[in-house]
Amino acid sequence: MKDWEYRLAEHRGTLTALAIFVVMFIIYTANHPAGFTANVIQTAANKGVLLAFVAMAQTMVVITAGIDLSVGMIFLLTNCLASWLVVGSPLETAFGVLVVLAVGALCGATNGAIVIYGRLQPIVATIATGAVYFGIALLLRPFPGGSVNEHLADALTGRIFAVVPASLVALAAVVLLIWVPFSRSVYGRAAYAAGSSETSAYMSGMPIRRGKLLAYTLSGLVAALGGLFLTFFTYTGDAAFASGNAYTLFSIAAVVLGGVSLFGGKGSAIGAVFGALAFRTIGDLLFVFDLDPLWQPLFQGLILLAAISLGALALFRVRNRLEWFL
Amino acid sequence: MSETAMTRATERKQGFMRSLDPAVLTAFGCIVLLLVLGSFYSRSFLSPEYLLQQLKVASFLGIIATGMMLVILLGQIDLSVPWTVATGAMMACAAAAYGPLGTTLAIPFGILCGIGIGLFNGVGVAYLRIPSMIVTLATNAVAQGVMVVYTGGFSPQDSATAAMRYLATGALIPGIPNVVFIWALIGAAMVFLLRRTGFGRAVYGIGNRERAAYLSGINTRRIVMTAFAASGGLSAFGGVLLAGYASKAAQSMGDAYLLPAIAAVVLGGTSILGGRGSYLGTVAGVILITLLQSILSVTQMPEAGRQIIYGVVIILMLLLYGRAPASR
Repeated sequence: MKDWEYRLAEHRGTLTALAIFVVMFIIYTANHPAGFTANVIQTAANKGVLLAFVAMAQTMVVITAGIDLSVGMIFLLTNCLASWLVVGSPLETAFGVLVVLAVGALCGATNGAIVIYGRLQPIVATIATGAVYFGIALLLRPFPGGSVNEHLADALTGRIFAVVPASLVALAAVVLLIWVPFSRSVYGRAAYAAGSSETSAYMSGMPIRRGKLLAYTLSGLVAALGGLFLTFFTYTGDAAFASGNAYTLFSIAAVVLGGVSLFGGKGSAIGAVFGALAFRTIGDLLFVFDLDPLWQPLFQGLILLAAISLGALALFRVRNRLEWFL
Repeated sequence: MSETAMTRATERKQGFMRSLDPAVLTAFGCIVLLLVLGSFYSRSFLSPEYLLQQLKVASFLGIIATGMMLVILLGQIDLSVPWTVATGAMMACAAAAYGPLGTTLAIPFGILCGIGIGLFNGVGVAYLRIPSMIVTLATNAVAQGVMVVYTGGFSPQDSATAAMRYLATGALIPGIPNVVFIWALIGAAMVFLLRRTGFGRAVYGIGNRERAAYLSGINTRRIVMTAFAASGGLSAFGGVLLAGYASKAAQSMGDAYLLPAIAAVVLGGTSILGGRGSYLGTVAGVILITLLQSILSVTQMPEAGRQIIYGVVIILMLLLYGRAPASR
C-alpha cells in the first residue's frame, strides 16, 4: 500500500462526511430563495456550530471506546451558568467565560474519573452524571432567563469582514487549538490506543489512564464552549430537558455520520464536525423545499437510518462468517 | 435423615446461596434502607396501601425493563424505548376509534406495532451487524417522526378502550391491582424463559461471547432478532397500559422510561456488557428506582434536587457493586 493510499484509507470517514456535507449544502443553498449569500451562510453556520461543538465533545469520549450520554446536559449546565456569569465589564465577562469553561472541564473530568478510577461502564455512569448536571442546571435556572454580554455575543455570532461567519472561525480555532494538539500528543495517542484495545495499550506501557482522563476533560471543555455559544445565540439560559437530550442523541448521530467508530480507536473530531454540519443541513433542507415542518423529525430519522445502513455495506467484504462478531 | 439426603440438602442450600448475587442482595438491602429512611419522614411509608400503590407504579417500569433486560443480557442496548412506548399507546388508542373490531383488537395492535419496531431493530443488529446503539437510536427517531406526522404534533384525541383502562387501573381481586398481576405473569414467563429454555441459555451464551455461541451451533442472529422483537413488544405493551392508566396517549409519555429502565436493570446486577444477571435483580432494581422517585417526590424536594440525588444514588450504588475488574 502506498503512503497516500494509507492516508486516504485513514481519513476515509472524515472525507465521506465532508462530501455528504458539501452535497447537502449545495442542494440547500441552490434551493434557498436567497441563494448563496453571506446571510444564509451565517444563519446556517450559527445553527450548525452548536451541534458541531457537542459532536466534537462526544468524539473525544467515543475514541476511547466510551460514550458520553451526559454531554447534552453539560451543554445545558454551562449555558445556564453563562447566563449568570458572562455579563458586565470586559474583565468580568472574561472571568465568567473562564469559570464556565472550567466548570465544563470539571464535569468532563468527573465523568472521566468515575469511568476510569471507579471502573464503571461509561454508558450507565454518564446517564447518572447527566441527571446530576441537569439538576444543577435546573438549580441555576428554574425558569428560562438571564442575560449575556451582548457585545461579545454579537461579535462571536456576527460576521468578520461582513463575509465570514465568526462562529465558524471560532469553531475552526477550537479544532486547531484543542483537537489537533490533543490528537497528536502522547496522551491523545494513548486515548486512541485505549479505544482500540485497552489491554494491548496497557501492556505497551501507554499512559492510558491519563490519556482517557484528558480526553474526558477536554470533552467537557468543548461541550462548555458549545454551551457558551448557545448563550451567545439565545441571550438566555434555559434548562430544557428535551433540548439537552436531543443534543446528546444528535451528537451520537453526528459522530456516526462523521465516520467515528463507536467501538473506539477510529475517527476524527473533524469528521464529527462535518457530520454535525451535514445533520443540521439535512434538517434545514425541508424548509427550502417548503414541506410541512411536521415532517422534519421523520425526514431526519430516515436520513439517519439511510446513513447508518451504509455502514452495513461492510458486510459484503466479510470473507469469514466469524468476522461478523468482531 | 440419611447421610446422602443431608449432603444433598446442604448442596441445595449452597446452590441457593450461590444464586443470590451480592448485587441483588445489596439492591434489596437498599430497598429496605429506603423504606426505613422514608418511615422516619412519615409513618405512611410502611402502610400496605402505600406499598401496593408503589408496586402498581413500578409495574409499568417493570414490564418495560423486562424487555430491556433481555436486550442488555445479549450485550446490546435498546434506545428506541421512548417512542416504542408512545407508538404502542397511540396505535392502540387509534385502533379504538375504528368501531367494535378496532376496540377488540386495540391492545394486540399496539403490541404488534411495538414488535414491528423491535423486529426492525433486530434485523439491523443481528443481520446487518450495525451497533445496536445506533440502530435503535435511528428507529426511535423514525418512530417519533411517524407519530408526529400521524398526530399532527399534538397529543391524539382518541382515548383508551375500556379493556386498556381495566388492565391498568382495575383490580380483579380486590386490593391487588391488575397491572401488578400482569407484571408478575410477564416476570414468571421471563424467569422460565431465561432459566429453563434453550433460548434463555443461548441469550446468556451470546452475551458472554457471541462468536463462541455461534460456533457451538446456536443460530445467534435469530435469537438476537427475537430478543429485540420481544423488547419492542414489551415496551409497546407498557405504553398500552400507560395509556390505559392515563386514559389517553401523549407525545412524550415514553421519555421518562428509557433511562430508569436501563438504570433499573443495571442496579439489579445485570452486566451492561451482557451475559450476566438475574431477573430477581431487575425486579429489585425496578422497585428501588420507583421507591427512590416516590420518596424524592413525597418529600417535596424540588425537581433539581431530585435529579441530583437520583444521579448521585445511582453512581454510589454502582460503585458499591457494579465495578469492572481492574486492568491486568
